[in-house]
Amino acid sequence: MAVPPDNWEPRIVGFLCNWCAYQGADLAGTSRMTYAPNVRIVRVMCTGRIDPTFVLKAFQSGADGVIVAGCHPGDCHYTEGNYNTMRRTALLRRLLSQMGIEPERFRLEWVSAGEGAKWAQIADEMAAAIKAKGPLAWWENVREA
Amino acid sequence: MSKPKLALYWAASCGGCEIAVVRLYAKILDVADAFDIVLWPCIMDFKYKDVEVLPDKSIDLCLFNGAIRNSEQEHMAHLLREKSKVLVAFGACAHTGGIPGLANVADRETIFQRVYHDTPSTANGDGVRPQLSYQVPEGELTLPKFYDTVRTLAQVVPVEYFVPGCPPVKEQVEGVIQAVVEGRLPAPGSVVGASDKTVCDNCTRVREEKRIRRFYRPWEIVPDPSRCLLEQGVICAGPATRGGCGAPCLSVNMPCRGCYGPPPNVVDQGGKLLSALASIIDSQDPAEIERVVDAIPDVLGTCYLFGLPASLLRRVRLEGNALPAKEAVELAKAL
Repeated sequence: MAVPPDNWEPRIVGFLCNWCAYQGADLAGTSRMTYAPNVRIVRVMCTGRIDPTFVLKAFQSGADGVIVAGCHPGDCHYTEGNYNTMRRTALLRRLLSQMGIEPERFRLEWVSAGEGAKWAQIADEMAAAIKAKGPLAWWENVREA
Repeated sequence: MSKPKLALYWAASCGGCEIAVVRLYAKILDVADAFDIVLWPCIMDFKYKDVEVLPDKSIDLCLFNGAIRNSEQEHMAHLLREKSKVLVAFGACAHTGGIPGLANVADRETIFQRVYHDTPSTANGDGVRPQLSYQVPEGELTLPKFYDTVRTLAQVVPVEYFVPGCPPVKEQVEGVIQAVVEGRLPAPGSVVGASDKTVCDNCTRVREEKRIRRFYRPWEIVPDPSRCLLEQGVICAGPATRGGCGAPCLSVNMPCRGCYGPPPNVVDQGGKLLSALASIIDSQDPAEIERVVDAIPDVLGTCYLFGLPASLLRRVRLEGNALPAKEAVELAKAL
């Protein structure tokens, strides 16, 4: 694995649900909180929409980390979309470990619309954890035969 | 008028696809009537030079089975691509990597260490390993290079058609050969000899509601042969697998394992199967969900049994610390 350049910054893809986590991240912004800018946010209507394929595709395309954030259990705008995500994540975590993707690189978090500060803290923590791990650079795995 | 030329080649596969062609029984004679067989090392004597001397694009149809795992197979894939008008990835290994593709959980060094040193049945006191080149009094002997990663045929050379299956079922092989003879072929890039729906569409079992609180491995349960296996807690890849096979496994009370590859518009078969399995768990309690999925000892091997090289990630991380299945479960528990 190549040594990362000094100015390397982790690229994190965030899938945030429209009703809670995205509003929480929005609140962090409108409250002018300062936090790590490494998460590229993709807004989805519900975490239940997030096919595990999206997460795999993000890693394959060069993401160093993926975060999925949605409503707290019981608060889903669509009643139980986030429970579907909870179930998928249990399996996906095992798959990612087997693939050699460390647990620090994938997180599932519950963030409500009022938890701007929590979102900022999660983004900071994750950026720091992945910075310590270094680049994932998945394409290097499939270079040769 | 001369007959169209047919070639069959065998790379990293078990030979079952060759048997699938031979299993046409009497119809194999129709194949021999309709085609001039120019290469079929499994049943007739051919040498590489017989192929090398053929003019480019002179083979009308080449059925190539097996994945690409070493330099010899890669060489033959390129050679047959040059010589063939229509190159078909025939069977699960050429299509999605198949069972040999599971080797992508390891690399060359790990495999050599296991095969040439660690297996209990190996007696290799001198620690001999295959060499790419070796000098003997008579001259130089060479062996193909064994790669870290198994690839599908289409990841090595452009392919016109894909015939899925481990092996492709007899009726579909007949249909494909008939289609070639009659010149009824779809647009290049198509999957032929399969349907555009999932295995569930071929399955005759009764489907009611998929809500389970426990997964069973096939030896832990005698499932009701009339009801959907997933509803009984048996992991069945049917919802994430292309149909057209006629669901023969289901008809003998065994679950689908996914050999026909992903259905149309599915990018990653394992991701879809993982999603389907998660969605049937009848629980909202994180601890119970963990307990339910603990019954799946190897998520990667279950979801990508036939398609790891064709998946988005293609293999486990090289130079990383990919965990064996058992440790992955333990890690998930500890989190």
